[in-house]
Order: sequence, then C-alpha cells, then structure tokens
Amino acid sequence: MSLLETIFRQILNGLQSGSIYALVALGYSMVYGIITLLNFAHGDIIMVGAYLAWLAMARLALNPIFAVLVAVLGCTILGMAIEKVAYKPLRGSPRISLLITAIGVSYFLENAAQMIFGASSQSIPAIIKLRAITLGGVQIPGTALVTLLTAGASMAVLTILVNHTRMGRAMRAVSEDTGAAQLMGVNISTTISFTFALGSALAGIGSVLYSCAYPQANPTMGAMLGLKAFVAAVLGGIGSLPGAMVGGFAIGLAEAFVSAVGLSAWKDGVVFAILIVVLLVRPTGLLGKPMHEKV
Amino acid sequence: MKTKRNRIPTLLGYAINLALFAAFLILGDGLIQSGAISKYYSKVVMLIGINVILAVSLNVATGYLGQLPLGHAGFMAVGAYASAIFMTRTALPASPAFPIGILIGGAVAAAFGIIIGIPALRLRGDYLAIITLGFGEIIRVVLLNIDDVLGFTLTNGAAGLQNIPKATTFLNTFVCVGLTCFLIHTMMKSRHGRAILALRDNEIAADSCGINATYYKTLGFTASAFFAGVAGALYAGYIGILNPGGFGFMKSIEILVMVVLGGMGSMVGSVLSATVLTAVPELLRAFAGYRMIVYALLLIVVMIFKPSGLMGTYDFSLSRLLGKLFYGSSRKKQGKAGDAR
Amino acid sequence: MNRLVPLPSRSLIPERDLDKLPILETRHLGIDFGGLNAVDDFTIAVGRTEICGLIGPNGAGKTTIFNLLTNVYRPTRGTILVDGYDTLGMSTHQVNKLGVARTFQNIRLFRDMTVEENVLVGLHNSMKYGVAESLFRFPSYWKQEKRAREKALELLSLFDMQDMASFQAGSLPYGAQRRLEMVRALATEPGILLLDEPAAGMNPSETAELMQNIKKVRDTFNIAVMLIEHDMSLVMGICEGIAVLNYGKIIAKGTPDEIKSNQAVIEAYLGRQEEGT
Repeated sequence: MSLLETIFRQILNGLQSGSIYALVALGYSMVYGIITLLNFAHGDIIMVGAYLAWLAMARLALNPIFAVLVAVLGCTILGMAIEKVAYKPLRGSPRISLLITAIGVSYFLENAAQMIFGASSQSIPAIIKLRAITLGGVQIPGTALVTLLTAGASMAVLTILVNHTRMGRAMRAVSEDTGAAQLMGVNISTTISFTFALGSALAGIGSVLYSCAYPQANPTMGAMLGLKAFVAAVLGGIGSLPGAMVGGFAIGLAEAFVSAVGLSAWKDGVVFAILIVVLLVRPTGLLGKPMHEKV
Repeated sequence: MKTKRNRIPTLLGYAINLALFAAFLILGDGLIQSGAISKYYSKVVMLIGINVILAVSLNVATGYLGQLPLGHAGFMAVGAYASAIFMTRTALPASPAFPIGILIGGAVAAAFGIIIGIPALRLRGDYLAIITLGFGEIIRVVLLNIDDVLGFTLTNGAAGLQNIPKATTFLNTFVCVGLTCFLIHTMMKSRHGRAILALRDNEIAADSCGINATYYKTLGFTASAFFAGVAGALYAGYIGILNPGGFGFMKSIEILVMVVLGGMGSMVGSVLSATVLTAVPELLRAFAGYRMIVYALLLIVVMIFKPSGLMGTYDFSLSRLLGKLFYGSSRKKQGKAGDAR
Repeated sequence: MNRLVPLPSRSLIPERDLDKLPILETRHLGIDFGGLNAVDDFTIAVGRTEICGLIGPNGAGKTTIFNLLTNVYRPTRGTILVDGYDTLGMSTHQVNKLGVARTFQNIRLFRDMTVEENVLVGLHNSMKYGVAESLFRFPSYWKQEKRAREKALELLSLFDMQDMASFQAGSLPYGAQRRLEMVRALATEPGILLLDEPAAGMNPSETAELMQNIKKVRDTFNIAVMLIEHDMSLVMGICEGIAVLNYGKIIAKGTPDEIKSNQAVIEAYLGRQEEGT
C-alpha cells in the first residue's frame, strides 16, 4: 500500500469516527448551551441505543431499518425522560447538584444495563450490508460511506432546525438568556425538553453508526465514547454547534493519525493533550464566544 | 457589647480533641490487635480512612476554593506510584520507610498540583473542571505507557506495579487522617484560609483587598493534591499492587460524589459521607447486582431533595458543642455562618 | 521601582495638599473596547486628603475608570501613578498594596463569611505570618490574629458595627452591607478610597449619615476619597473637587460651585434629557 493510500485511509477512518464524535458532541453542546449542564449521562444513552439495536436485531429478528428506528426513538424518549425525572426538579439548584445528578443517572444506566444484559459484550449483527465502492483506486468501505452521509445529513437537518424554525429560535433565545426568553413568552420547559429530545436523537443515530463500526454492546461502552465526544464539544467551544462538529472531526482525525504512526496506546493521552493546549490558548474553545465578567 | 464568646478556650479545645482522638486510636488498634474486629472489617476501616483523606483533600479545592477539579484520582495515582516505587526499591525495612514513602507520595503529588494548577487555574468554572479531567486522564495514560519510553520498568504498565510492601495499618492510616484534618483546619482558620474562602466568594473583591489570587488558588490546589498523594501512598501500602486503570476518571468522580453528598465546604460532611459511602457498599456486597443501582438512585434522590448536600456547609466543632454545654446556647441564631467557617 | 516626578498639577488639589505628591495621578488615560473609546484622555490628580467626585450620565465611563485605577482593566494608553509609582503591569492586589482600595457598585462582599471575617480579609496583608506558621500554630499566628481581630472590631466600631461582628455578611441589611464594604476597604490601609455609588438606594437621611461617615473616614485616616455618585446633594455637599465625564471624556473639572454653573455640564445633564438621570 502506498503512503498516499495509507494517508487517505487514515483520513477516512478519522472522518468516520469523527462524525460519530461530532453527533454525540452536538448533544453535549446543545444541553450545555441551554441549561449549562455537563450531561455526563449522554454517553450512556449511546450505550442504551446500542443495546436497543442489538435487542431489535438479534432477539426480535427485526429488519435493520426497524432496528435503527427502535434505537433512535428509544434514545429520544430516554433522553426526554431523564430530563423530566432527574434534571427538571433541580432547576434553580446549584449547578454542582445538577452535575452530580447527571453522574447518578450515568451510574444508574450503566448498572441497570449490566443487571439486565450482563457484564459481557453482546455482538450486534451487521446493520449496513453495503459493498465497498472504489473511488479513484481507493476502496471506501460501505459503513464508512453510510456513516459519513448519515452524519452529514443529520447535521444539515439540525442546522436548519436550529436556525430556521420557531423551535430553533426558542432554543437559541433560551441559551442566550433564559429569563428574557421566558418574559418573551417562550415556554422554557418545552424548549428544554425539545433540546434533550434532539440531542438524544442524535446520540441514537450516533449509537447505530458506532454499532456499525464496532458491532458490540457492553454496559460501559458509553463512558469513554461520551468522554471523547465531550472533549470534542469543549474543544470546538461548548455551546457552539459548528464548534461541536469541528471538535468531533478534529478528535477523530487526531486519533486516526496517532494510531497510524503506531502510538495507539497514547491515543487517549493525545486527545486530552490537544484539549489542554487549545483551552490554554483559547480558553473557550476553537469557536466559543469569549466570556467577560462585569465588574 | 458582646465581644466575649461563649466558647471554651482554644487550647483546651485542642487538648480535648487530641485526647479523644488518641483514645480512638488506642481503642481501635487494641480491638484490631486483639482480633475483636475481624481482618475483613479492619480492611474496610482502613479503606474508610483512605477515602476520608481523599474526600477531605478534594473538599479543599471544591468546597473551600470553589473550583471543580475532575482529576483528583490523578494526584492520588501520582502519590501512590511515587510512594510505591520508593517502597519497592528502598533498602530500609518497611515500617521506618513508610512515613518517608507517604511524604514522598504527598510531595510528588503536590509538585504535580503546582505544575497542573498554574495553567489550569487560569481557567474558570467548567473549563477548569474539564482541563483537570484532561490532566487526570493524561496521568493515567502516562503511567500506563511510560515504561516504553523509559526503556526500563518503572510503573510496569497495565500489568501493574507489584509486591509493594503492605505497610498500611489502622494506626498509620488514622494518624494520617488526623493530621490531614488538623492541618487543613489550621490552614483554613488563618489568614491564608480566609484568603482562599474570599476568592471563592468573590474573586474580584478579594483581588481588590490585596489578595494574590494566583498564589492562593495554587496554594489551595497544591494542598489538595498533597493530601490526595498521601491517600495514594496509604492506598499503595494497603492494596499491594497498583494498576493505572484504578485511577481513571470514574475514581475522581467517586471522590467528588463523597464531597458533594457530604456538603461542599463542610469537612465533617466529607468525613461522614466518605465513611458511609465506603462502608455501605462494602457491607452490601451480598446484594452485588443491586447495590450500585441503589447507590445511583440515592445520589439522584439526595440531590433532588437536598441539593446542598447532607451537611450543607455546616462544620461540626467540638469546642463549640462543649461551649454550648458549659455556657448554655445563649447565642442568637445567625444563619449558617458560625465560627467554624 | 522609580517614583516619577509629577507633572505640574492641572487639577483641583486643595491648598492644604498642594505641597505634597498627589496620592493618585493619571495622565491621558484611555481604554478601547472593540474600537469604542470607553475612556479617553483622562487626566487628573488627587490630593492626599482630598474628597473628590466623579460624576456624569449613565454609561459615561465612571466605573470603567475605577476598574482602570485598580488594574481590573488594562488601559490601552496613558499612565496611572499611585503615590508616584507607575502601576503599569501590576495586578489588582499589587495596586491595593500600593494604597488603592475600593467598593463596588453592585456590592461585592464575601457573603458566606462573617462580618468580622470580611474585615479580616481586608487586614490580610497587615498580618505577616506564613503558611507553616499557621499550620503548626506558632506564637506569631496567635499574636497577629489577636491583634487583627482587635483591629477589625476597632474599624467596625467606626460605623457602629461592632455588634454585628459575628453575623453572616450576606444577611446584613443593605445599608450595613455598604458600610461593611467600606470598612473592609479601609482595613487594607489605603492612601485613597474609591467609592462606587455609595449612596445608591439610600434615602435622604441615610445619605446624610453617609456624608458624615465619608468625612469621618477622611479625617480619621487622613486619606483621599474619590467617589462616583449620582446624588448631587452628596457630591456638592462633600466633594472639594469634581470631574465631570461624558462619553468617556472629561468635560469639566472644578470646585462644586464652578461645576454647577458650567455650561457643558448643564448640557450633558439637562440639554439632552433622554440620556440624563
């Protein structure tokens, strides 16, 4: 394999995992933007999505398309339910309490999954059965192609939703100034619910795409994936949607190249080192807005 | 004029606290030596002591300094490895070497606290949380892979650092617990501690009162790291084998949960919740599958119904209690601020 | 550190302070916020025992000037001399050590600490014991803490607040919070005290008491006071020199009588009523 081919393949790998990170990062970023919560349970929603896909295909023998629907819908409902049950009662409480609650939800999901499905991994049947296509002499695996297209389409839909709909405008208003938005007649609860639904739906899509790349479900799979996606969101500038996308792809590509040069043991370290360097140079991330405290 | 306080003299208070603590040490040690407390329970008690140090030390950064570090396990790891490497290589017998090992653990962790604190403390709020998370994870990755770079065995990577002398006992653990609580108490009840609290309450106002924010933030952060290193050293001598996997993000979260559940800024809250959160899961081992679910639900429920933690910012003071007994509780209620803060 | 020799004063230093180095002097001070000249060419000198006022319509840049004087903001241009020392590159706490203390428009107390502890934070740099001395409770700790607590009560008694020493600062009534902020600032032993709208939210009798207190502070400690205020009865009543600011620039300097009759000032306040307060 020529050097050029290797580079191309690594870019493709990076884009594939990057687009999954980006989808998950968007959920972190939206939720942070709207209630300034680092939603640690977000990664575990992906885990639940993967189990739902496994359940639908391996147990209920459903068509992959239905399996995808089950996973995405399940994640959406779960996300909204978590917000209603665990986060809503804490509106107005110190933010640290909200954070600890999110950690509690994360523990709960992981351990519930472990009780129900056991600690060992379940393998998920192939969801996408698409042959690789050859482009200019380079093979592009079917899953990579589908992942990139799906992620791209999801992000495009999200961007339109946020920038050009009533609900999107409400979301932006609430994240800018909750009190003022409320005075202008925006229904805060609905908006927050919608944000969680949207973020969790993206996580659901992410979980299906992740299951295509790594067809296994286990109770703790969401932790590291969630953490990386979270890093991506912060890297891009938390609260900024384009930032989350940029951050996701940056992390994906960085990981692919670190692995390609034979340092995959250092992969996680490099991801966090990039984060630290970026934060020290630009304290609010690549595309984040600078903060000022009024004296 | 109400300037006379209804409290017993400070030095007498210290003496009473010291006497009670010594009695606790002698009693506990006696019970363990005589076998009245089984080996298993004495292990649990030691683990409680280690977790108390971790929680109390994190409380310095979280409760007093008002920051949210998510990499506390990293400092614990550094202290544990530093001490363990010393203990496995020293020619001294284990019991005289261990105090040195503990100090080395604390000192190396404190050094990391300074190195990490100076850049991290430039950031605020959530960004500080995230950057410390990043440093914590990097420490873990480095401990895992450093041998490949060095070309000789230092941490022994994923296989783990083994054959660490098991020098941790009930007595040395709880002497460390006592010293940690005492030193943090004396630091906080001084001009330095007040500077740290002032920075938490209002950084701009503290600056304008002539308080060097960078210095005091770093001091608080470093003190926090030092005692985490001490706890790490005790843990190394307790468990006998170290593996970087045990010091990940989840461990940091576990310590944070103890602090928040106890009430941030309350040392006695940290002590109590570290005790309960260590003891209960150990005692519930029989219900292995359910206990973590119960733990998770407990966290959520406590946060929903008591968001400021179980003890709020209240700090218990034996001197104050005795003062009340001797002089009657004539002091008017004054909100939550007592002399303890 | 070199003391700079002051320029011949072009300001309103009262005669009794004229033969002394001004406690505070600014030369052509300015700051831009993203292209906007928030403050421009701000040049004043304040005598060592002067009470002076900084007035102007809302948004004129008054608080920005306090933030510049305490190095909370870095000036884009110009020089600040405190007691003759250039504060360029210093941080806020170093400027405080040089002798500038302030209060804030939106009160900034250490709300969770007691009244006494708030003052003790102000006395931070008057105590000298180190970290180790406090950790192991050296005699120096006990001695200095005792002296500081006495000093704190003494300062509090200046405004009749000694009985509130053990109250939580955040639980105090509004007026007492403002007074506590002043006590805390005085505890840092400043040469000049900057008061940002000390009379905001006060009724006339409270304002009259505040005027007495400000005079008392000046006479007791022999320091300068510079205040931002919208209450003209207070400004005209106690200030010896007044600078009027509009759109970040000084439009008039003078004694209260001169300011009252100054055409530019009347225009800034009354001529464009939709902006005045």
